[in-house]
Amino acid sequence: MSKIVDELLNLQVKIGSLTLHNPVMPASGAFGEDMDNLIDFNQLAAVVPKSITKHPRKGNLTPRVCEVSAGMINSIGIQSKGIDYYLSKTIPYYTRFDVPLISSISAYSIDEFAEMAEIIGKVDSVAALELNISCPNLKGNGDAFGMNPEATRKVLLRVLEVTDKPVIAKLTPNVTNIQEIALAAEQGGADGLNVANTILAMAIDIHTRKPKIGNIMGGLSGPAVKPIIVRMIYQVRQVTKLPIIGCGGVMNGEDAIEMMLAGASAVQVGTASFIKPTAMMDILQEIKDYMIKYGINNINDLIGKIETVNAD
Amino acid sequence: MKTAKLEVLSNKQVSDRYWHMVVDASELQAEVKPGQFFNIRCGDEYIPLLRRPFSIYQINKHDQTLEFLYLVKGKGTQRLSLVERGESLDIFGPIGRGFKLQTGHGTILLLARGVGIATLAALAQEAAKRGIRSVAILSARSKNDLLAAEVLQGFGAGVYKVTDEEGNSDVSSVTMLMEKIMQEYEIEAAYTCGSKRLSKLLQNLTAQKQIYAEIALEENMGCAMGVCFACVCEIHDTEGSPRTVRICKEGPVFALEQVVLT
Ligand SMILES: Cc1cc2nc3c(=O)[nH]c(=O)nc-3n(C[C@H](O)[C@H](O)[C@H](O)COP(=O)(O)OP(=O)(O)OC[C@H]3O[C@@H](n4cnc5c(N)ncnc54)[C@H](O)[C@@H]3O)c2cc1C
Ligand SMILES: Cc1cc2nc3c(=O)[nH]c(=O)nc-3n(C[C@H](O)[C@H](O)[C@H](O)COP(=O)(O)O)c2cc1C
Ligand code: FES
Repeated sequence: MSKIVDELLNLQVKIGSLTLHNPVMPASGAFGEDMDNLIDFNQLAAVVPKSITKHPRKGNLTPRVCEVSAGMINSIGIQSKGIDYYLSKTIPYYTRFDVPLISSISAYSIDEFAEMAEIIGKVDSVAALELNISCPNLKGNGDAFGMNPEATRKVLLRVLEVTDKPVIAKLTPNVTNIQEIALAAEQGGADGLNVANTILAMAIDIHTRKPKIGNIMGGLSGPAVKPIIVRMIYQVRQVTKLPIIGCGGVMNGEDAIEMMLAGASAVQVGTASFIKPTAMMDILQEIKDYMIKYGINNINDLIGKIETVNAD
Repeated sequence: MKTAKLEVLSNKQVSDRYWHMVVDASELQAEVKPGQFFNIRCGDEYIPLLRRPFSIYQINKHDQTLEFLYLVKGKGTQRLSLVERGESLDIFGPIGRGFKLQTGHGTILLLARGVGIATLAALAQEAAKRGIRSVAILSARSKNDLLAAEVLQGFGAGVYKVTDEEGNSDVSSVTMLMEKIMQEYEIEAAYTCGSKRLSKLLQNLTAQKQIYAEIALEENMGCAMGVCFACVCEIHDTEGSPRTVRICKEGPVFALEQVVLT
């Protein structure tokens, strides 16, 4: 019975001109080729490899991850093989799958973002670009482009001058006013917003009095961050019609639905895959179960459908 | 490499700080090799959240069981110690590359510190099965922590124990002991786990004497699938140039001469 109903469900969502056959995709940095014997990549909404930098990067000191209550802090530091390797090995590897490839780009300057977007944007098999303007690990104090509305607007303007591919801006939650940044990305021409990257965090081992990760500070992810991300999705939805990809603490189908009700069109899954390598497949099934339970045929009927009573 | 729910056959405290767990591995249908590990979910809750890596302590092909020996350290291992017989354990693995066991006529030397013995015990077991003799130096804080000694002796291994408690576990004492062992036995290969200090010592000694040696490394893990690059370490490859490798993927066992021990 449920199988027949399953097939009737419309799970298709759009991020700008990009059509996804369902709303569940991996988060950059928490996904890779090594997972292909564990899950069927063709079942995902898209494949999103780790952020790429122009030049090879060694990454940060170890320990690069530590655990905190219901979350983890990472400071991998975008270990990267550089753009040449990405073009010659990573992109060709992912073209064998039938789902869109979203390339995540990390860069140190606006010029470098534009330069990389131009090169990667020319590759036919790349369906969209995700600009990681939010990684808290690159500079000393965890600063990122996405903390400044003007820088955010400028990065997008420049990137959109050089590519026709849909561009998703991955915002940082480490800001006072996420709406301001979302609007800046929209003004810059973004096709979609990823809300959001990890939250700048820190943990100290009280016995050794040393920081628990080599880089001292890092990015918090996992269940602990979800309420903050849901709030940000909701806030961003208030000010822009741009499609939103919710990212941060999605562990199961309920979390994904919650983000969609807050206004996300799709979700990315990171930390959950570390705990359950098949998490993305389970999340997709749980979304379907929810739709069947509530008689929802089209997933788009859920997006932004939070019911709030206007207080004023 | 896959996730499986294996039935816990027993989970018992074996000393002040150590626990021993036996699981039914008949469902696993994968060959497990000494030096490989499993990433284990210690409980269903979100605290602790991440899986924890544990080496295979014993592989019992005949009974189709696997054993783990673990040190109760923080939240994860505390939670693991609460798992009761009959419950199922969510494991992911087997992961990584195991030890290469040289199969000449000589003897292998095992040098373990603390819970590093959990990793080397499976190798001693395999060596015994192949008729290879092993000699082990076990180093620990206290005599109470030297629990695998009898298990190793059961495999016919010669066992030397050193402890901080007795004051014979410092580098110079262990060096002397190793020199003595190397005179007495024809050591063909050496394996180590659990201490940087001892690993450096073994690295020097085996380089001098041109003995093949391997080390099992540990690092905090995120994914244990090779995708997150949390568990990296530096090695010098055969050409001698430095390279960053993932312990969960390219390791956890590496040729000792290649590893950069800082
Ligand atoms: C390949 C491998 C094999 C191992 N085999 C064994 C074994 O057979 N028996 C055993 O007792 N221990 C083993 N360890 C160490 C064991 O994984 C840690 O002691 C355990 O994760 C600590 O968890 P905790 O929650 O109790 O401690 P906490 O200190 O609270 O852990 C917090 C975080 O740090 C990580 N962490 C802490 N110490 C280590 C460590 N030494 N290595 C890796 N991650 C760590 C944890 O995974 C967790 O994410 C192994 C580690 C690795 C990498
Ligand atoms: C180990 C690790 C590495 C990450 N690397 C990247 C990266 O390279 N680029 C990026 O945009 N985000 C990176 N992230 C952030 C994730 O894509 C995601 O935004 C974050 O983990 C929140 O989602 P989660 O709670 O589902 O994990 C990384 C996260 C983790 C845990
Ligand atoms: S733990 Fe993720 S790459 Fe090894």
